[in-house]
Amino acid sequence: MDRKFKVWRGNKKSGEFISYSVAVEQGMVVLDAVHRIQTEHASDLAVRWNCKAGKCGSCSVEINGKPKLACMTRLNDYREDEEITIQPIKAFPIIKDLVADFSWNYEQNKRIQPLKIRARDKDGNHRMFQRDVERIQEFRKCIECFLCQDVCHVLRDHNKKDKFIGPRFMIRLASLEMHPLDEADRIPAIKEEFGAGMCNITRCCTDVCPEHIQITDNGIIPLKERVVDKYYDPVMWLYRKIFKRN
Amino acid sequence: MNQPTGGHKQGFLSTNREDRWWIEPTLTGLGFIAFVVYTTWSMLQGEYYWWSAGQEGFGGYLSPFYSPLIFINPTVAGAAPAAHAWLGSFPGWWPSLIPMTPAILILAGPLSFRLTCYYYRKFYYRSFFLSPPGCAVGGVTQKNYSGETVLLVIQNIHRYTLYIAFGIIAVLSYDAVLSFFRDGKLGIGVGSIILLINPILLAGYTFGCHALRHLSGGRMDCFSCPNGKEKFKHKLWKGISSLNDRHMFWAWISMIWVAFADIYVRMVAMGNWTDFNTWSL
Ligand code: SF4
Ligand code: SF4
Ligand code: FES
Ligand code: FES
Repeated sequence: MDRKFKVWRGNKKSGEFISYSVAVEQGMVVLDAVHRIQTEHASDLAVRWNCKAGKCGSCSVEINGKPKLACMTRLNDYREDEEITIQPIKAFPIIKDLVADFSWNYEQNKRIQPLKIRARDKDGNHRMFQRDVERIQEFRKCIECFLCQDVCHVLRDHNKKDKFIGPRFMIRLASLEMHPLDEADRIPAIKEEFGAGMCNITRCCTDVCPEHIQITDNGIIPLKERVVDKYYDPVMWLYRKIFKRN
Repeated sequence: MNQPTGGHKQGFLSTNREDRWWIEPTLTGLGFIAFVVYTTWSMLQGEYYWWSAGQEGFGGYLSPFYSPLIFINPTVAGAAPAAHAWLGSFPGWWPSLIPMTPAILILAGPLSFRLTCYYYRKFYYRSFFLSPPGCAVGGVTQKNYSGETVLLVIQNIHRYTLYIAFGIIAVLSYDAVLSFFRDGKLGIGVGSIILLINPILLAGYTFGCHALRHLSGGRMDCFSCPNGKEKFKHKLWKGISSLNDRHMFWAWISMIWVAFADIYVRMVAMGNWTDFNTWSL
């Protein structure tokens, strides 16, 4: 059976949608179809991929307008007669065709204060318990596909890249802040430089995450609540003043 | 603004999505509007919010929108006996512009709790503020989007409205007990069951609150330091987390039920519906 695809072809300056038709078989994913288009019609079509198993986070594109991993999106999710649209992601600059430049994200990562581990126990060990790290293990599932960064309207529509670090890095921050051995305080930075308040918890990041990480509920909202503790809660403020706690 | 170089559409409501993404925000938006319209109407009625089959003494059904009764006007139809109000009848100085309905004094409490709830915020930012209306759908164009940093920083009062919600659950639980009595005699009616389910659903919603999840234990970095033993706080946090998982479900079911409970009491008090109960046997 043949299926139709509309693929964005272009570079930084200009581009257009080009329609292709290729034979597809059962079980194929969108990335297979892109490869077939490459083989049969457009050997210069640029697409980034690596594992074809939803684990490397390279193949992020937008399929019928939705941010998705091309290797995990099956063709039979779409009607047979439907032309499938494939575009690069929107929130970051295009390099060529389906390949975008994610380097802004790696720059953000560098701004985050790494783990500041507390002193060892008396017997020379660092001790952690499973129940204390369970929460942050969820965040470690992240494959850095940056689909959440792409869909987040703060970055995508409003382009507030100078004000908000984006959902992927909010969960990285959460995984450090909630770490049982960590001693650093990133809450002031989370409020100011990283812009927790810019997120309006509309949960699109959670909706697109291929690892099903509860980015908003388990990462961003708990961080927002920690910001409230420190800055917006008069009772907590008084408590800290009286008992000289931090 | 980004330059649309990848074939993306730019601007309000623009998207390349082909699924019916607008169904969810439209339905939730309309559902909430229906609730607000009904609640406002019911609040302004000021009558038929109480039923005890004309009996005095301890017991009767009280609409949750009207509870707790602070001031009442005992002369209207379907009003509770004056003894049920904390401060008795409406005072003489009551401004004539404000309708004399007990509900007007208390509805701001639950409303402030729901409006600052993280789930409600999500859906009304989507359905009403259109910021964004759907994922990967162009939101309302704003020169300077500021999220919850400027005006909406007010949302951070949510943890205080949580205490109001605890108070409401206590009051509605008392009303549930009240509904199992008629003139001091224990019994049961359809209304008793409805008014009993009400605080249970509200508790399911309130005890899954994100602010409570934080305050109960989420704010700690280490649950079992320093000795590695499981602490009560961790168990509490886990329990709240599991309710929190289905916070949206609890939000809707508790909201629908509270309106239904009001409708039920109103209909029975007006004589339109018959309450099946053990007292009339
Ligand atoms: S929940 Fe916050 S971080 Fe996630 S997409 Fe929405 S605004 Fe962005
Ligand atoms: S959080 Fe999810 S969507 Fe975001 S980069 Fe990681 S895996 Fe991708
Ligand atoms: S190719 Fe690795 S995630 Fe798709
Ligand atoms: S977050 Fe919904 S009630 Fe607190």
